[in-house]
Amino acid sequence: MEVRVQNIRKDFGRFPALNDVSLDIRSGELIALLGPSGSGKTTLLRLIAGLETPTEGTIYFGNEDASMKTVQQRNIGFVFQHYALFRHMTVLDNISFGLKVRPSTRRPARAEIRRRAMELLDLVQLSGLEKRYPAQLSGGQRQRVALARAMAVEPNVLLLDEPFGALDAQVRKDLRKWLREIHDRTGHTTVFVTHDQDEALELADRVVVMSQGAIEQIGTPDDIYDTPNSPFVFGFIGQSNCMKVHVTDGAIWFEDRPLGLNAPGEPEGPANLYFRPHDIELLDGCGGCIAGLLTASRRVAGTRHIEIDIGGGHPRIEIELPPEKVGELDRSRIAFRPTRWKLFRPPV
Amino acid sequence: MALDTQPGQHKLTSAVTESRFARWTLIAVSLVFLALILLLPMAAVFVEAFRKGAGAFVEALQDDETFAAIKLTLIVAVISVPLNLVFGVAAAWAIAKFEFKGKAFLTTLIDLPFSVSPVIAGLVFVLLFGSNSLLGPWLAEHNIKILFAVPGLVLATMFVTFPFVARELIPLMQDQGTADEEAALSLGASGFQTFWYVTLPNIKWGLLYGVLLCNARAMGEFGAVSVVSGHIRGETNTMPLQIEILYNDYNFSGAFAVATLLALLALVTLILKTLLEMRFSEEIAASRRH
Repeated sequence: MEVRVQNIRKDFGRFPALNDVSLDIRSGELIALLGPSGSGKTTLLRLIAGLETPTEGTIYFGNEDASMKTVQQRNIGFVFQHYALFRHMTVLDNISFGLKVRPSTRRPARAEIRRRAMELLDLVQLSGLEKRYPAQLSGGQRQRVALARAMAVEPNVLLLDEPFGALDAQVRKDLRKWLREIHDRTGHTTVFVTHDQDEALELADRVVVMSQGAIEQIGTPDDIYDTPNSPFVFGFIGQSNCMKVHVTDGAIWFEDRPLGLNAPGEPEGPANLYFRPHDIELLDGCGGCIAGLLTASRRVAGTRHIEIDIGGGHPRIEIELPPEKVGELDRSRIAFRPTRWKLFRPPV
Repeated sequence: MALDTQPGQHKLTSAVTESRFARWTLIAVSLVFLALILLLPMAAVFVEAFRKGAGAFVEALQDDETFAAIKLTLIVAVISVPLNLVFGVAAAWAIAKFEFKGKAFLTTLIDLPFSVSPVIAGLVFVLLFGSNSLLGPWLAEHNIKILFAVPGLVLATMFVTFPFVARELIPLMQDQGTADEEAALSLGASGFQTFWYVTLPNIKWGLLYGVLLCNARAMGEFGAVSVVSGHIRGETNTMPLQIEILYNDYNFSGAFAVATLLALLALVTLILKTLLEMRFSEEIAASRRH
């Protein structure tokens, strides 16, 4: 189901957790709320669920105003960060809970409830474990039970709060792929919260980057990574360098050196130049480039990270190169130019 | 690095291990203390009760007044313990799961009976319901007896035993948080279903533990009950009061016979408490942390 969040504000005491946030979630979409802790992403998820009530603003489920509906009436599926499985119930009882507590008019027959729970257990690949208790399961298994339990009520929208936050790196990766498969198969509208950018970029159809109670950028993983629209997104998603430069006559300068980059139409004055460590080309001569002394070089997986001191007391700049290219360098002075970059005005 | 904590086996010992002398001294001191303060008096109760033989013991328990006292104690416990269970759960629920103004005050208030002398607790009810009080004439007019009757005894007992259930549950429920409840609500469960199927099972062992302690205190309470009872023989004497009366009558075997019943209650409570702690230590551990 389509979910629309309109001009939502949420205050906790005098502290605003969310400030005028609007977001359209399309039906069947898998969307990630990404941000550092305190950015308001979990609050937004809980507002959609009905676990919190907004101070201002409206939430629509389809064309219906759901703002005043209780969490029970919204018919959502919520997966909690620490699973919140009912520890005194078996896996099967946990999954069937949502159907069992329905009023008798809407409750399926006992055999039907069991059949559906077993089907879900099969979907989350835990067949044969229905009689276990949560304490007898691994973290990954518990998370899958939690997901099956949330899906059992056939929710309008599936909401996941840091679904893989408490798991080891390897299990996380496996579950990520598996969640994507489940989503593609069942087609539930799904919103998940994460502070892990890899998770968001790999898993989601669209990513919502949040910071300090506001949405910074909404876009596909490609949009977000390739064309960040703010210094925050540049810094938060992936690696990036920030150089203090100034613009004169449409050209970009670092101190008294031109960088060979043109910014026509850009107003004169100081600016911050952002670029990613791998979006660069090495240069032989330097008739307009960033140049400096190699101060450190580290091998990280398939690439080599090189730190460069560009002088003027500026923080070190980091670039990434394929390892074989570094061998060819054979000198301590390096010249390069960003191939993809963006200028932001420093905050006044 | 693995430190071997078993002495003798290895030179490395854990940093908190004391010398053998210190350890044995500590153990001996506690054992002697236990023997003097707890075991000896306990043994004395049984010895005194059976001094004149098992026949006298049984006879003492068959005395009409004593029998009435046992009955009254049970009645008071049967009324006050369930009421305190309900109030305790409600108070713990409110404090642990909701934010509201005056929460700290309420928490302190729950501890009040622990810090007030039981005699004062009894006096409070005398001041409230006695013939010279504000309510006294009105109560007399409507022929409602509170003091020197079962209602007064129940009220005094409830006052004294109120904290047991609530105190046991508050840390436990705070520790468990509200995620389970939120999960149940998000799955469509009503408030009552959430309480019945999720909250209650999560706290049942802690609750039982609290009820056990509450019951032991309810049956053994002396001070508060003594003030409101009026000591009417065969009518308003609970077991602890009956013991005192028998003792003052120089009926030692009778006094100690009733005392054995209370001692047995204490033993049973201890055993059940230990069993609960062994079996469900994790679930009630939270409340042991304060």
